[in-house]
Amino acid sequence: MTTDSAATGNTGRTRDTGAAGDAGDTARPGTFTPRPAAAPLPRMIAAQAALETRMLLRHGEQLLLTVVIPTLLLVLFSTVEIVDTGDGARVDFLTPGVLALAVVSTAFTGQAIATGFERRYGVLKRLGASPLPRWGLLCGKTCAVLVTLALQTVLLTGTAWALDWSPHGNPLAPAALMLLGAAAFSGLGLLMAGTLRAEATLAAANLVFILLLLGGGVIVPLENFPGAVRTVLELLPVSALSTGLREVLQDGAAMPWAQAGILAVWSVLSLGAAARFFRWE
Amino acid sequence: MQTAGAQAAVEAVGLVKRYGRTTAVDGLDLTVERGSVTAVLGPNGAGKTTTIEACEGYRRPDAGRLRVLGLDPYTPAGAAALRPRIGVMLQSDGVYPGVRALEMLRHLAALHAHPLDVDALAERLGLASCGRTPYRRLSGGQRQRLALALAVVGRPELVFLDEPTAGLDPQARHATWELVRELRADGVTTVLTTHFMDEAEELADDVAIIDTGRVIARGTPAELCRGGAADTLRFGGPPALDLTSLKAALPAGADVSEPSPGAYRVTGEIDPRLLATVTAWCAQHGVLPDRITTRRHTLEDVFLELTGKELRS
Repeated sequence: MTTDSAATGNTGRTRDTGAAGDAGDTARPGTFTPRPAAAPLPRMIAAQAALETRMLLRHGEQLLLTVVIPTLLLVLFSTVEIVDTGDGARVDFLTPGVLALAVVSTAFTGQAIATGFERRYGVLKRLGASPLPRWGLLCGKTCAVLVTLALQTVLLTGTAWALDWSPHGNPLAPAALMLLGAAAFSGLGLLMAGTLRAEATLAAANLVFILLLLGGGVIVPLENFPGAVRTVLELLPVSALSTGLREVLQDGAAMPWAQAGILAVWSVLSLGAAARFFRWE
Repeated sequence: MQTAGAQAAVEAVGLVKRYGRTTAVDGLDLTVERGSVTAVLGPNGAGKTTTIEACEGYRRPDAGRLRVLGLDPYTPAGAAALRPRIGVMLQSDGVYPGVRALEMLRHLAALHAHPLDVDALAERLGLASCGRTPYRRLSGGQRQRLALALAVVGRPELVFLDEPTAGLDPQARHATWELVRELRADGVTTVLTTHFMDEAEELADDVAIIDTGRVIARGTPAELCRGGAADTLRFGGPPALDLTSLKAALPAGADVSEPSPGAYRVTGEIDPRLLATVTAWCAQHGVLPDRITTRRHTLEDVFLELTGKELRS
């Protein structure tokens, strides 16, 4: 506001208007006269969220991770008996696991890789000098993750229904579990992106994705692992998420508080560590 | 020049910044007047970027006082108030690799309340034709021009340009200069770092030469050139002339020598009178100089004299 008066004071300065014609279309007097002010906060965050979402969806490799792999796994393992998924229709076992995988792919792997390279290319640094506050940048990232996750959920549940999926339970419980899972995996992804080199993040995020896919109860039931290993695996956030989703969607249970608790602990730890150790440059 | 805001755009007193055991900025004093263009010169590693990044709020000074537009750039409140009012062009890219050029420019515009017209700005900086090209496929010059556009699109009061013309072709360089001149005409304060002395001579109202973390010289380009080592006049003639009478005829502060046989060098403030003195002496002694050259000192001479000629890391 105070700067506006300074700006108007300036427009009256003598200018060589004769040169204005040949210097380009915008070279009329006062084009650059200062008029600095941040956009309203909601507009900044909406713009950041829209840009982050476009960046996440535009990335070819990301789409492979977020769309192609989960959908293929769902279709392939539902229609062909490769893994013993226990009693009941295979699609009823697989859909909750693949939804958990969708959370991992977007909130963890995709976000970690994208943020790691943004840090490496100085995007985070550059935006740090813009009017957008840092928490606004994180809001934008969270919105992008949620939008992508919603699109994945629509696609995967649609595919599951086409494969005769019959879900049970109150849909609010799985939604809450997926949000908790997204928080936990966002924390882990940002922790990785904010502390490792971009290339290391790329490699590690993909490796962790594969390991969680195999050992997190996504397509291989945890019952297939030996007892001691299984106890450890059950504490992983992806196992808690897939097991929790399965208890509701496959078995019609109410809110699985044990799994929700595991995810909540992971969320607090990972987001806390990310807030503590994230380096912006 | 500015009526509002009596304080300087940048005021650094005794600024110190260390990285581990290295002292990058070592008691630096710098004042940037509002509405001026200030060029910060210095060899690699002199502390230019650290100084600029402290002003931008990226580096917390270890000691000293720093005010940018009257605000402390490193406190959360100061930084939040400052960020909308400054424009920043970093040496690093700072752009999403997958974003399109105009998309990024529009985004930065959307973060400001009264941005410039994005299309007109892109047109003017030659970015319209590559507006839909993803950043990673832009040429080096296009990236540089986009970074410049990003720095000014929010209509800032104060713009920091870190090596704005590094790697640009002459056309783009002149377009950048033209833009900086126009920023100045419209009342924007500009602080730029550069390795090009002609750029500083062309653009800057004020030059600060930094070495080993301190300002070692400052003034207008003309002042710095005057204050530096003497200008020179050279002439050729028969070797081993007796220069005693010429030395006596020269004004105080001027001197003549014969660095190599037959090549004479007069140092001092070279003006038409001094030239006349030299030629009159030649006429008296029957010497026809086979070539006479005069050379005023450029900013580059002053810079090299002050910072030495050895290569920096």
